[in-house]
Amino acid sequence: MLAFVLAVATLVLIVIGTIWPGPSAVAMAGAGADLLRASSTPEAAVNNLAHEIAQNAWERAYSNLANKNEFSEPDFVHDLTGGYSSLRTYATLDTFEVRPLHATDNEAQMQLRLRWSTVLGTFADTRQLRVVNTGGRWQVVWPLVKEPRVPPQVIAVNYLRWDVIYRGPEDDWGAQDVEAPHVRIVDMHPVERAEGVVLLGEVLNEDVVPAYVNVKATLLGKNGAAIATEDSFDKISHVLLPKQVTPFLIAFRKVELSQVDSVKMEPSSTLIAASADPVIEIEDQKLNPPPGATFTGKLVNQSGQVVNVVHVLGTFYDSSGQLVWVADQYIDRALLPQIPESFAIPLPADLARKVSSQRAVTTTYTSGQFQ
Amino acid sequence: MKFGMMKPRIMKLRFNVLLGGLLLAAMPLAVAQTGMLNVPRTVEAGSAFSIPTSGSGKAVLYIVGPAQVLRREVKLGETVSFAAGDLHNAGHYLALLVGGSGTENGAFDVVASHPASLSFLAKPSRLPVDLQNGISGVVYVFDTFRNLVIAPSEVTFQLSGVAGAGQARTVTTRDGVAWTKLNSATKEGAAQFIARDGGISATRVIQQVPGDPCRLRMNARLSNQKLGDPKLANQKLTDHRPAQQRLTLETEPVRDCGGNAVPDGTIVTFKEIYKDGEATVDVPVKRGVARTEMPAYPGATISVATGVVMGNEIRWK
Repeated sequence: MLAFVLAVATLVLIVIGTIWPGPSAVAMAGAGADLLRASSTPEAAVNNLAHEIAQNAWERAYSNLANKNEFSEPDFVHDLTGGYSSLRTYATLDTFEVRPLHATDNEAQMQLRLRWSTVLGTFADTRQLRVVNTGGRWQVVWPLVKEPRVPPQVIAVNYLRWDVIYRGPEDDWGAQDVEAPHVRIVDMHPVERAEGVVLLGEVLNEDVVPAYVNVKATLLGKNGAAIATEDSFDKISHVLLPKQVTPFLIAFRKVELSQVDSVKMEPSSTLIAASADPVIEIEDQKLNPPPGATFTGKLVNQSGQVVNVVHVLGTFYDSSGQLVWVADQYIDRALLPQIPESFAIPLPADLARKVSSQRAVTTTYTSGQFQ
Repeated sequence: MKFGMMKPRIMKLRFNVLLGGLLLAAMPLAVAQTGMLNVPRTVEAGSAFSIPTSGSGKAVLYIVGPAQVLRREVKLGETVSFAAGDLHNAGHYLALLVGGSGTENGAFDVVASHPASLSFLAKPSRLPVDLQNGISGVVYVFDTFRNLVIAPSEVTFQLSGVAGAGQARTVTTRDGVAWTKLNSATKEGAAQFIARDGGISATRVIQQVPGDPCRLRMNARLSNQKLGDPKLANQKLTDHRPAQQRLTLETEPVRDCGGNAVPDGTIVTFKEIYKDGEATVDVPVKRGVARTEMPAYPGATISVATGVVMGNEIRWK
């Protein structure tokens, strides 16, 4: 009897979901414009625009804007997907939220929060929109963020890179291979958080060659048995140039610090071909106190090449110089030469109060090139 | 194709080893029942040798050793000859002559031939300068048939190729192995690490690299003080930031405590702390120095570091 009731209820829910789908479901299913409501209210106009962005229906979205005479459709598309190849280029709109801020009969202020999904996680893009009533139809005035273009020019670069010739299969067993770079953990500190134990630390490449580094850790219980093994995954700058230091963070979910007797750390390094360019300057670094504590700054690409993805890692210390936290952020727009790009790394409020200094490092990815 | 050809060989080898095993198992019984075969005490690997027999009639001679079994039909009373190269694996061998009237046996050793090749393990291939006993070399001496030559021989280790006197050490092999430890030179560079035994030698390259930077110092000047810099000209073309004076920060040539220049690519971190925030930049050493530009804020404190080594600090007025 129960099985029959459950089957009927499931069928009823499927039918309801098909006939009256939710707005997000419509957008994500790629349904056509027929399912969009008429832009008879400011909310409906913004909702429709968000649906069209989700469906990559750029032409329709652009045609419904109130200020399309101010910029071209490619400008609008580049605003959302990036003019240069970047995380935005390969992002899909995951969800969106529309919040009315202020409204009159002819004009309204709305906030549109777009949450984009990428292979490296999600990022949010929040826009304050002005919506105007033109003859009974509400239209969005799009606040275009015009991506700067780098003027054509030649930038001379004193190019520096390392190439490696490894041992071949024909070599005698006694023949030496190129030595793996020597790396050292210079700092390590466990922290207990609500979600589990977090290991924070810093690794130094003390060699004269570039290293691809990773850090693996095993938590050992009081009886010497392994509780869990994890590695730093992307919470580290994997490519370390000579004498460079990277922070790392290893998270052990659902483990309590009281269970842990000792930690076995296994830093590993491999010699890799790498480039010393580009050089990224991190300007205007600031710690913004709680509530909403963040570490902000601006990235400036001092080299001549366009960097497609930048990963910023922040290391935070207390007044005694002890490591307190490691946090990171991927920049969703490409980093153009000499054009600053802002970043804001959120910090847990409880830890932010302890932070008195910080250090930031970047890892860059350029298409067709690693590092 | 190759696997197909190898299979009968493997089967044959397995059969021989099985046969050898059975013969070895039967040895105590055979020894108990029969006399001794007149075999040489030692045979050099790969050399020719012979085993005389006595009596009359036919018999089968088995030579059983590590990874090798030989079987010969013999006429008793004749000398059985083995050509050069028939036995080439060093080790302890048993000879069994199985005839109609009984079994004769004997044992002999096949010893390695003259040194013909060296396996030279030199570690590490890269190390900092001026490190005591930092370089280790281990040599295994082999003959033509890759038998370990356990007879003592003199191996000379020589480290040369960088400024200053080279190091040499002669070591006598023990059970076929000789080893040594040497210091890295005080000057950077690639050193030839040679192991030599008589006329044979093996060479490895040891890269001796500068140690940690020492006495890291930088200086600062306003960027516009240096005119005609193409990099600055480029910056004017592309810089979309509000006009702001910039500082050129440049280290003195970065060297280790022994005066060796650290290699290009070594990361130097410049940090500027000013009233409203701070700026950092990781710069690779190029042509011996690290150079960058940062905003010029009055009262800013600028420091420089590389790895865990701190340099000087400048207060910009």
